[in-house]
Amino acid sequence: MDLKWVDLIVDRHQEKRTALVSILHDIQDRYKYLPEEALRMVASRLHMDINEIYGVATFYKSFSLIPKGKHSITLCLGTACHVRGGPKILRELKNFLHIEPGQTTPDRQFSLNVVNCLGVCAIGPVMSIDGKFYGEMNPMRAKRLIEKNNRKRSGVKS
Amino acid sequence: MRKIKTASDLEKWRQDIIKKQKRDEIVVSVCGGTGCHAYGCKKVRDQFAKAIKKNGFMDKKIRLRFTGCRGFCERGPIVTIQPQGVFYQRVQEKDVDLIVSETINQGKIIDRLLYEDPNTKRKIDSEKEIPFYKAQHRLVLGKNGLIEPTKIEDYIGVGGYQSLTKALFEMKPEEIIEEIKTSGLRGRGGAGFPTGKKWEDCRKAQGNMKYLICNCDEGDPGAYMDRSLLEGNPHSVLEGMIIGAYAIGGSHGYIYVRHEYPLACKNAEIAIKQARRAGLLGKDILGSGFDFDIEIAKGGGAFVCGESTALISSIEGRVGEPRSKQIHTVTRGLWGKPTNLNNVETWANVPLIIEKGSKWFASIGTEKSKGTKIFSLVGKVKNTGLVEVPMGITLNEIIFGIGGGAKNGRQIKAVQTGGPSGGCIPASLFDLPVDFDSLTQVGSMMGSGGMIVMDEGTCMVDVAKYFVHFLEEESCGKCLPCREGLKRMGQILDGITEGRGDEETLMLLEDLSQVVGDTSLCGLGKTAPNPVLSALRYFRPEFEAHIYQKKCPAGVCTSLIQYSISEDCTGCGACAKVCPMKAIEGEKKQIHRILTELCSKCGSCKDVCKSNAVIVQ
Repeated sequence: MDLKWVDLIVDRHQEKRTALVSILHDIQDRYKYLPEEALRMVASRLHMDINEIYGVATFYKSFSLIPKGKHSITLCLGTACHVRGGPKILRELKNFLHIEPGQTTPDRQFSLNVVNCLGVCAIGPVMSIDGKFYGEMNPMRAKRLIEKNNRKRSGVKS
Repeated sequence: MRKIKTASDLEKWRQDIIKKQKRDEIVVSVCGGTGCHAYGCKKVRDQFAKAIKKNGFMDKKIRLRFTGCRGFCERGPIVTIQPQGVFYQRVQEKDVDLIVSETINQGKIIDRLLYEDPNTKRKIDSEKEIPFYKAQHRLVLGKNGLIEPTKIEDYIGVGGYQSLTKALFEMKPEEIIEEIKTSGLRGRGGAGFPTGKKWEDCRKAQGNMKYLICNCDEGDPGAYMDRSLLEGNPHSVLEGMIIGAYAIGGSHGYIYVRHEYPLACKNAEIAIKQARRAGLLGKDILGSGFDFDIEIAKGGGAFVCGESTALISSIEGRVGEPRSKQIHTVTRGLWGKPTNLNNVETWANVPLIIEKGSKWFASIGTEKSKGTKIFSLVGKVKNTGLVEVPMGITLNEIIFGIGGGAKNGRQIKAVQTGGPSGGCIPASLFDLPVDFDSLTQVGSMMGSGGMIVMDEGTCMVDVAKYFVHFLEEESCGKCLPCREGLKRMGQILDGITEGRGDEETLMLLEDLSQVVGDTSLCGLGKTAPNPVLSALRYFRPEFEAHIYQKKCPAGVCTSLIQYSISEDCTGCGACAKVCPMKAIEGEKKQIHRILTELCSKCGSCKDVCKSNAVIVQ
């Protein structure tokens, strides 16, 4: 693994311990997860204990210690999305992808995440795929969207 | 961009901007809030840019503006055209050419794109006449539609940073604090602590270094006004913070933003850079000799970090665990220094108070809750979006007046306010004026302003369970009552919704709620039982139906319900088409049947059935 980015990211934050959360965000943006080697490097650069960094990396939900899939599916289960049927979509996604929230499909295509609120409550239930938001979802639309993304990979025009 | 060194420079810049803007004959504003983004507003904007370029418009000067959130997210993408003031909703890429040729070129209004009042079926062409906007009092949110958040010139053009000049050159720090105190502004983050008092305490606190924090860790599910403010009008937040820093004697500020809000992070960052370049942040602001700078700190998706001490831990780069607040953060906060923390909406109110005076501000609202409050009106109501109303307006006026009442002719049952710390207020109490104190009295709270409307299809036991599981998941685990208590409460509620409740269950649940509330360390645990207790207070029969009749009256709790199709079925086949489990069979024009063993009880069939033939029992 090429760790030069980690060095650059730590440099950009001027080796400040207080920027740890931001550093981890930047590493995750780059590598799509937090590789152990990267965390060890951050620990040595910031003169911190790796345990402490592990503590922070596992406390905050945005971070993942395992590699993520190519497409990241985020389903909002905030109150507004919940009362409008968010849990039904989750059930359908779990059935369809055969994974639980926080997991990645064995072919590394999709990672499923559940968040508490994406802040787009007025058009719930909301789902986002690779950072693009989709409002007024239902189980069927969610399934179709994923199929569409899956087809993109194999080169079939949707 | 020019560097501003004095107040008169700023005024001159403003006059130049206004003069330049006056030359534009037509302003097309496309809403660029996150809600509209989900409906494809970016494509609409790009299409407008292309069409305007293509058509040339030799004789007219057209300005295209990509604004912040306009609040009526449900009808997005929203496009307004000035000076006619036409308000188009649900605009798609393909409509753009028509708008350009009809409305912009010939001044004709396209009926199809206007908002239709669902009650009177009347088409409405101006924003002010739409019921959703009519009853609102948009003091804080109002500028969102007039400016492009990434352009400091736009903000200055509408009078931005005028209050800062006034504060720096015409007022002493003590006078500013006095002004905020007499305005009666209370913290918009939820607790409603008097802002002026907090500022005063922080000013009086000993310390050579003082910090200011803007809390945009809007974890409250169902609320998104802070996001829309920081996304749509970041400079108003910055201006409020600079004024606050001058009053308190602060030297450095942080805006703590949720990681889930990428656009808010981006726009705030751009705004900070612009303000720095213009000389409105940094050393010797406007030549006053006052130094102050702001930076962004990103959250990591932890709800508890909305709590002030946990948020401070998080900025310090540690795990976001709260601490006991015997010594308040205004005395010992960030890095042990006096720290003043306010919510985004609170900061955004400050420039308004300084500009128009505390008397004006205090004239809006009720005796103890002044000014306006932004609510996110969401859930099962016709018009969803952000509404800004004066304090003291009744729930009825918000939900039925602005919100337009229930969807699909259903009955509204309750409204949930205050997020996971609040509670459900039943429809029978909708005459209640909305202010800090009356909401607390009925067992809920103002919170950051989420207002989730629930109808007869919402199960109150399920909602209580949802919040308890939410908080269980978000509990940091530092203190035992919250960590273990919420887990037990969740198990009890799981039991009720799965038909395993008995006579003692509710008593146990109430006892446990009491203990968790009384003994938890921070606000998260202390208020955690509120959703359960308020649901028990107003909707006890629903709990009892789950326990004794093993029925879920709202048809939500899957263990207790069964889907079937009645004889009203016309055999249209719509349900079979949408069923994700392929659990519906039947010939065309014959009554269909649900195969119980395959049915996942998702309810898709019920949603599409036009003849109401799908029954939940």
